Amino acid sequence: MSAITFELDGERVTVDSVDPNTTLLHWLRANGKTGTKEGCAEGECGACAIAWRANGPDGRARWEIVNSCLVLLPSVHGRELVTSEGLAPRAGRDAGDLHPAQACMAEGGGSQCGYCTPGFVMGLFGEMYRATEGPLDPECIAGNLCRCTGYQPIRDAATKLATIRTRAHDAVDPFREKLATPVPALPALEHTHTSPLTGGTSRSFARPTSLREALSVLAREPHRTIVSGGTDVTVEINQRHRRHDALLSLEAVPELGVFEERDDVVLIGAGVTLASIEERLHPAPSGARSIMAHPPLGQALPMLAQLLPLFSSRLIRTRATLGGNLGTASPIGDGPPALLALDAEVVLASSDERGEHITRRIVPLAGYFLGYRKTARAPNELIEAIRIPRPFYAIQRFYKVSKRKLDDISSVAGAFCVDRDEDGRVSRARLAFGGVAATPVRLTEIEARLVGRHLAPSDVEELARDAAQSVTPIDDHRASARYRRAMVASLLRKLAHDVSSASAGASSLEVSP
Amino acid sequence: MSAETKPLDTARREAALASAPHVGRAVAHESAELHVTGAALYTDDLAARTKGVLACWPACAPHAHAWLDDLDVSPALAVPGVVRVLTASDVPGTNDSGASRLDEPLFPRAAEGGGDPRPEILYAAMPVAWVVAESEEAAKLGAAAVIAHYTPRPPVLTIADAIAAGAFHVDGQKIRRGEPEEALARAPHRLEGSLEMGGQEHFYLETHASLAYVDEAGSVFVHASTQHPTETQDVVARVLARPKNDVVVQQLRMGGGFGGKETQANPFASIAALGAVLTKRPVRVRLDRARDMQLSGKRHPFHAAWKAGFDDEGRLLALDVQLTSDGGHSLDLSFPVLGRALFHIDNAYFLPSVEVRGRVAKTNKISNTAFRGFGGPQGMLVIEEIVDRIARTLGLRPELVRRRNLYRPGQTTHYEQEVVHAERLERVMTELAASSEFEARRAEIDAFNAAHPHVKRGLAITPVKFGISFTAKYYNQAGSLVLVYKDGSVQVSHGGTEMGQGLYTKVRQIAADALGVSPSTIRIMPTRTDKVPNTSATAASAGTDLNGAAVKDACDTIRGRLAALAAPLLDCSASRVVFREGVVASGDDPAKAMSFAALVDRAYHERIQLSANGFYQTPDIHYDPAAGRGRPFYYYSFGAAVSEVEIDGFTGMYGLRRVDLLHDVGDSIAPSLDVGQIEGAFAQGAGWLTQEELVWDREGILRTSNASTYKLPSLGECPPVFRTKLLTDARSLGVVHGSKAVGEPPFMLAFSVREALKDAIAAFGGHGLVELASPATPEAVYWSIDARRLLP
Repeated sequence: MSAITFELDGERVTVDSVDPNTTLLHWLRANGKTGTKEGCAEGECGACAIAWRANGPDGRARWEIVNSCLVLLPSVHGRELVTSEGLAPRAGRDAGDLHPAQACMAEGGGSQCGYCTPGFVMGLFGEMYRATEGPLDPECIAGNLCRCTGYQPIRDAATKLATIRTRAHDAVDPFREKLATPVPALPALEHTHTSPLTGGTSRSFARPTSLREALSVLAREPHRTIVSGGTDVTVEINQRHRRHDALLSLEAVPELGVFEERDDVVLIGAGVTLASIEERLHPAPSGARSIMAHPPLGQALPMLAQLLPLFSSRLIRTRATLGGNLGTASPIGDGPPALLALDAEVVLASSDERGEHITRRIVPLAGYFLGYRKTARAPNELIEAIRIPRPFYAIQRFYKVSKRKLDDISSVAGAFCVDRDEDGRVSRARLAFGGVAATPVRLTEIEARLVGRHLAPSDVEELARDAAQSVTPIDDHRASARYRRAMVASLLRKLAHDVSSASAGASSLEVSP
Repeated sequence: MSAETKPLDTARREAALASAPHVGRAVAHESAELHVTGAALYTDDLAARTKGVLACWPACAPHAHAWLDDLDVSPALAVPGVVRVLTASDVPGTNDSGASRLDEPLFPRAAEGGGDPRPEILYAAMPVAWVVAESEEAAKLGAAAVIAHYTPRPPVLTIADAIAAGAFHVDGQKIRRGEPEEALARAPHRLEGSLEMGGQEHFYLETHASLAYVDEAGSVFVHASTQHPTETQDVVARVLARPKNDVVVQQLRMGGGFGGKETQANPFASIAALGAVLTKRPVRVRLDRARDMQLSGKRHPFHAAWKAGFDDEGRLLALDVQLTSDGGHSLDLSFPVLGRALFHIDNAYFLPSVEVRGRVAKTNKISNTAFRGFGGPQGMLVIEEIVDRIARTLGLRPELVRRRNLYRPGQTTHYEQEVVHAERLERVMTELAASSEFEARRAEIDAFNAAHPHVKRGLAITPVKFGISFTAKYYNQAGSLVLVYKDGSVQVSHGGTEMGQGLYTKVRQIAADALGVSPSTIRIMPTRTDKVPNTSATAASAGTDLNGAAVKDACDTIRGRLAALAAPLLDCSASRVVFREGVVASGDDPAKAMSFAALVDRAYHERIQLSANGFYQTPDIHYDPAAGRGRPFYYYSFGAAVSEVEIDGFTGMYGLRRVDLLHDVGDSIAPSLDVGQIEGAFAQGAGWLTQEELVWDREGILRTSNASTYKLPSLGECPPVFRTKLLTDARSLGVVHGSKAVGEPPFMLAFSVREALKDAIAAFGGHGLVELASPATPEAVYWSIDARRLLP
């Protein structure tokens, strides 16, 4: 058993023993750091956002903003954390000491009741130090809910900060100085905890630092709950009071962080965060990428470029991983339909108990989902990577139907990949949906019938109707089964319309906050 | 050197006397710096700072309607860390937290006169016991260990079910003018229909929280996230069987209220207080989001059945409306909420002949309660729906029919209150149509729609008229306590609570001008029932009207005493003494001046009282509910909104492209705060009308009980162009500093979003009326488009 140590607002903290099911937010508030607020405890409102120092895909340090309600306390072992209370240690004595991310919110009427405010401040704090130049990225506050303002003054404050940001590089700023050196690799952790409340059972949290170790732990203890970004496990803990006796955290396993653009596939490590994938799709326009074997990945894989902004908020994408999304195998996850349409494959790895021999098998995603939250992954296996084979489809579309445009769970998600021959007839098609059955599904029969047809609206009408009849959606609080069925047809019509129309791809419904 | 003899610096004197009043300035929220640094404390933040505090968690019933056959809490007591389990038998006083009558059991109890001795479960998630423990984790495990057996009974879950079962809370209400039956019969055109509208979760970011402890004399002190500390005090005292002077309730600030903490804090404060009394330790109750949404009331869903008669021009000639609200399991505030719906069935339109009836359905759901607008939005939505149908029936543009029906000066409402300043309705509509370039955009949108078969845009302008005053007349009073200390610094207490609306900020501006001191020398104290007693809820948008006036009253008293003392010192009459920014000077000769602090010090030595209480009661309001006549509202607020939307016809998903708001706040006390209220209210109203959907399943379980299933507007819903203006030249006579209330009225500006959606839906083709459910979720919009396409 080892203690959890981390830095919090400039102070060294040691936690000798804690139930590993404890979230960072819970711990912060119980220990007097009440500036960090709980609004929902499921990563929807951002009131609990905090910053920590982490390395980006470019290897340089940055301040990452995450929801502390979705972080298990043992996960912060070895990290350096900043909360809204640590941004301006001298504030209160001298108004001039507010951090710019705070000052712009205070001056511009960005706070009314003030409860969501620390979370917005942290989003702006992250934006202040982001690595790339350019105007305000509204995504920095798109994962925060405010019930008082209607967002206009907060957006104005953020816009104002964006102008300050570009001028601020010269000033002495301890938070910027911290970014000069890369963050050391996360250390290993073996934390155990026993209390009367666990009935004497010992609870443990293991964070190995190599794939070999992780697989050997799983070989010995296949019942361990696997935590990647933790954005699903923590929701279960917070909302349904699930308590795990043994957790296996993968976030310090470097092999799961690979991202390789090979000639035959793009290989995405299971532990690569969605935010990190997004950055690699849209690399900063620097000289570093002047010699490239392939065009920028965002152009080659528009499916992912369309998917990721709709896939929760950045606060969650900063933690969530593609491996985790496939691991939980939710029928309404947005990753699976997109990856199904791209013919992605899953690399499953396992080893003997000592971790000496690693066995790998490659499973097509189409054969991976077996039933409601049931997959082909054996208990002793880890998802090591996702393979997206080349050549990529020429036409890729991801559509999401939800009550709220951003940061919502899909009623229906449709992901479509199509290749056409020289005559414009479909030569290959993949039509995948989420939200219309107990698992993410591909409509293989409709795909087959699409081959040889043109993609004009009149060509797909009959198929769209049949597709709607082929799915088995349910009624729930998000949508009726009837609507979901209608959306299967509608999204296929939308595909045909978008592909056919001259302005294909230029949806005027793109959100522009 | 004492303050008295210190000479007043000339530059300071001149600067102070030249400074502008604080009222009317665009100021930041008085707690803004605390908000952004995380230093602002909310009720549960205090618990983290309280040693030895115990946590509570409820054991909740899984049925919407049931008998509680038996309850065994002993397994909970066996959980390590559980200190006590609270049940009905622990209540020393009245086992009831009802705000308006004793129909809200704190713990399940047998129905009165029902014959069956078993306690009743009245809604799903009703707590049967509260577990008090050393930690929240232990309390949760304890709550899960409680064993209860139930006999489920058929629940009444919808308004339709309640109507069929004849289940209503109280006798109906009615307002009638003229002979609507005859007028309907004579009208050139008639329409009838019905409209159902959903409720709304408040979703204040801070969930319900209370912290209670007992002092050395056994008296109870409760910190509560409540908009109504006095009522919380009343209910806690009733539950504990104590006199009211034995209970003190304090409210520092809330993380949002919106009406959801007007009565709904009372049971949670009672549990904390009961736990503290029984364990003799500090006890906190803090609900997580799911418990908060399952255990606290919401905006009332309404059903309306209506008939309207109108002429060729679209003018309303006759109206008959039957409103039925879903009150939930107890009465709570449903009666006045319904009343406000009846009062606002006209919105901004003159109704010559009308009968509107209302009743409150009793269902096995959470008891619905106050929410910004308090029934007004539900009543007004009905008339907006009717006006749109009239326009489409006659083939007229809806904005034209709206303007033709606006109140004109001299006209009275259906309860025969004159609409004073009715001309402002025409003014806001005209000014806003011009500033929003309504006509030009109408043409642009028509062109866009002609070119885009699958994407359509819509545009609409809607007015708002909203009555200000509590319709419970006795609520229209407020008290204050102003304390001036010997150094000239000031503490102000009043009965209002701060939930983000900026009341404390406005009160400080008012006190600063009334005493002639800098706001920085004034502290607005946490709201406590032992400073100002017998207060009203901070609600009905009236916080500043009432408390601001009461604080001004107290300040004026002190200033009068100080002016009398200063007059001979400054060689002028008392009425000529000027108080400004910490300087007291002769109005005849500004060179004769002294500091406020010096004058106060002198007053102390002269034995002049430096504290005062203040009081205000709204004048000239009265209403006779039997006759349906009177002047229930001191004045009306006016406004108008233009919204433009765009709909994707494939999915029904939509976005707001541009919003222009023009609102009447009288002479604004704090323009930036008022604009913040207007924009925030609009966004909240748009949420109610579009994506905020409460879904109960057939068992009466709320399926949208957290942020991942109940979708508030987020940044993505904030229109890229969002322009808000305050109506100029709009002084409101007889209200503090000529201002008007702002909290609720702009909520209804969001009707423009719903009407714009209808405009866009109609553009997809088909003909006839636009049938659009409320809330207008993407699914509802899709079916609305689909229904018109399928029409023959």
